[in-house]
Amino acid sequence: MPFVQNVPFFSIMLCMVCGVMSAMLSGRVAKWVTVALSAAVAALNLWLTLDLWANHRSFVYWMGHFPAPWGNELRGGLVESTLAVCFSLIMMLSVAGGMRKLDQQVGKKLNLICVMLDLVLAAMMSMLYTNDLFTGYVFIEIMTLTACALIMSRQNGRTLVSAMRYMIMSLLGSGLTLLAITITYNVTGHLLMENIHDTLYELHRSGNYAVPITTIIGLFFVGLGIKSALYPFHTWLPDSYGYSTPAASAVLSSIISKAYIFLLIKILLRVVGLTVVSGSHAMDLMFVLGIVGMMMGSINAIGSHDLRRMVAFSSVAQIGYIYAGMGLGIRAGFVAAIFHMIMHAFAKSALFISASGLSEVSGNSKRFSDLRGAGFRHPTAGVCFTVAAMSLVGVPVLAGFTAKLYLSDAALTAGGWKMWTLLIALAVSTLLNVLYLMKTVITLYRPAREGFVDPGYKSGKLATCAMWGFVIVNILVGLMAHPIAEAIRSGLAMFD
Amino acid sequence: MTISEHFRRWLYEDDGLDREIEHSITASSEHDGLTPEAFARLENEYDEKHHALVLEEEKQHERMHEWAETRGKRLLRTLYRLLAFLMLGIISYFLITTVISLPPFGAADNLYNNEVSQRYIEQGIPETGAVNFVAGMILDYRAFDTFGESTVLFVAACSVLILLKLGDHGKDEKPTKAMLEAEWDDRHYEPKNDGILQLAAKVLVPVILLYGFYVVLNGHLSPGGGFSGGAIMGAGLILYLNAFGFAKAGRLFTFKTFRWVTFLSLMTYAGLKSYSFFTGANHIESGIPLGTPGAILSSGLILPLNICVGFIVMCTMYAFYTLFRKGGMS
Repeated sequence: MPFVQNVPFFSIMLCMVCGVMSAMLSGRVAKWVTVALSAAVAALNLWLTLDLWANHRSFVYWMGHFPAPWGNELRGGLVESTLAVCFSLIMMLSVAGGMRKLDQQVGKKLNLICVMLDLVLAAMMSMLYTNDLFTGYVFIEIMTLTACALIMSRQNGRTLVSAMRYMIMSLLGSGLTLLAITITYNVTGHLLMENIHDTLYELHRSGNYAVPITTIIGLFFVGLGIKSALYPFHTWLPDSYGYSTPAASAVLSSIISKAYIFLLIKILLRVVGLTVVSGSHAMDLMFVLGIVGMMMGSINAIGSHDLRRMVAFSSVAQIGYIYAGMGLGIRAGFVAAIFHMIMHAFAKSALFISASGLSEVSGNSKRFSDLRGAGFRHPTAGVCFTVAAMSLVGVPVLAGFTAKLYLSDAALTAGGWKMWTLLIALAVSTLLNVLYLMKTVITLYRPAREGFVDPGYKSGKLATCAMWGFVIVNILVGLMAHPIAEAIRSGLAMFD
Repeated sequence: MTISEHFRRWLYEDDGLDREIEHSITASSEHDGLTPEAFARLENEYDEKHHALVLEEEKQHERMHEWAETRGKRLLRTLYRLLAFLMLGIISYFLITTVISLPPFGAADNLYNNEVSQRYIEQGIPETGAVNFVAGMILDYRAFDTFGESTVLFVAACSVLILLKLGDHGKDEKPTKAMLEAEWDDRHYEPKNDGILQLAAKVLVPVILLYGFYVVLNGHLSPGGGFSGGAIMGAGLILYLNAFGFAKAGRLFTFKTFRWVTFLSLMTYAGLKSYSFFTGANHIESGIPLGTPGAILSSGLILPLNICVGFIVMCTMYAFYTLFRKGGMS
């Protein structure tokens, strides 16, 4: 076995060890450990991606001395490693960009927040690389608890209430997922993804257990849908993204919800299998909810008067895009969904970090009337916000354009009523996106309100560097859209 | 307001503030040439008009919302309940149908009676050295999952620390108001110097701790192991705390103990298992002796891993109790 294939194991263990260690360190050290850890994990996974890209293969990795159905197993492929690189980069930039706010808002318990951040990374890595449903569930638990702790990292009334709401909704999601895993085990007798897939396929062909199989798909979909804020289950999202500390918001929106979506994709493709999935009406439901989410998220974003809440509602819309792409029920749709996921993760974390910079130079206000001219007071944050917003809207060269292109391409391949619905919905929701995002950009570059007193806030060097990093990464993803999509496509092809 | 006006207002987000300012500026310039009396009259007129407008607006508001406040609300509530029952009905229908069509519980030809459980039962002892199959399964075959589970406990404890821990325990630091209040609450609501409780605790606590430790140490030989043994030890510590209070329990177990024990246990688990995972995946002989099945020093890494898990569970339980009771451990 080539040594590079140890990378998934090293990245998971490194994250967990650093997380446990951070509890003993002081916050000052622990936050730098988190940044260094994410950089190291990104580098390791880049190495793995390049190797897998060159050799065009996937591999399994025994966690112990026993082979797969008996012991735990990891599986590495191109999609997993590509996503791992993206997510760890986002973690690094978000923590660096939100560090000063973390210091101010968290205070003495900063090291414990760093524990949570490190363990989010560990859980994300494990959910990406796991080949076993139950391992996936264990790390769903870790993700749920860490997400809760991150929401309440800045303790005021609003975050506590939203953490409570998140906890209730999220535990419901975990419960449904566990139920789905239990039924799966009951019907197939396996927890390893390949074995379940084979057994389920046989059962599907023989026509036995038709109802439990539908229920399994539905439960996984609703359970993980709640956790990733799919439209009617999104009520926990605006408050928890809108009021927690910026680094936490960025991590929550870009990493945590995305990890659940990827796990769902993995379950649909690798556990249930595309042939069974595409025949199920659960996919139609997913599609419809995705389309409704695209519209309602944008409409709510248009109506909100608070910058952070607007960005949070825009997440609901973008998650809708991802689910609509998955709901097409064809492989091209899943490729488009994963690409959209990467695009949105980069853009949304950039928006959260730059939004915090912009409101800092406007006297810590998040109201649009105070934010006028913030783009001049904090040029870097202005540029960062503009680039990310343009990417979300879908201005060519940036990744959002390519993501929408892939989505419409997949819609054309799928044909039928889904094609027309998705194409029209894409057009309308792009217009809505333009309305609220470009309005914000225009607001940022309007002269300041009369009587506005410049608080004279200087932004830190580190945050500025992180924001430039976000700008560069966002443009890079747009420029490298083709190779990334190619990696996703060949990675998904290796799924079965 | 026309649609275009609405749009302009939304686009500029002026929430009327600008226009008000503008209005007041133009109004003041209009009145420049007036005598004070005329100005006062104008002002009075303006006030009256304004007052009438406000009243009118309030009336309109009431009329508009009357329906929504009374019948509308009731209608919405009924609709909500109906929909909730409908959804519940659909979900229960699906779940019950699923349960009915699942394979019968415990039947011999169920698909989960397959090669997986067969190997656990037949090869379990020679491969892991543990007489207790469950210990072999969770701490050797699937040790990665169990590491995840122990981390779940650690994360839960840390989350509660973030939420409930009051202040830091620096020597020269003054206690905060919240800490003093917690101290007072604790004195007020918890029993102090209860003779019966103390005598019972004096007898029971050593036995409970010893028994918990026994369950942990024999995890690979008999039912039990880290999770159950740790819970027993944690219960023993909590009983001691209840009988003798924080001052005495602090001699046995402080926040520092909690941090170090949890940290060292998780680190030991991670270190031992990383070695085992790495050698296993790369097909290198690990050289960990399995010993004779049934002996206390046997089954390779399972014994130390059980001890680690036991300490983690014990610390988490005790930490939960103290944090929820007083927000600290001393």
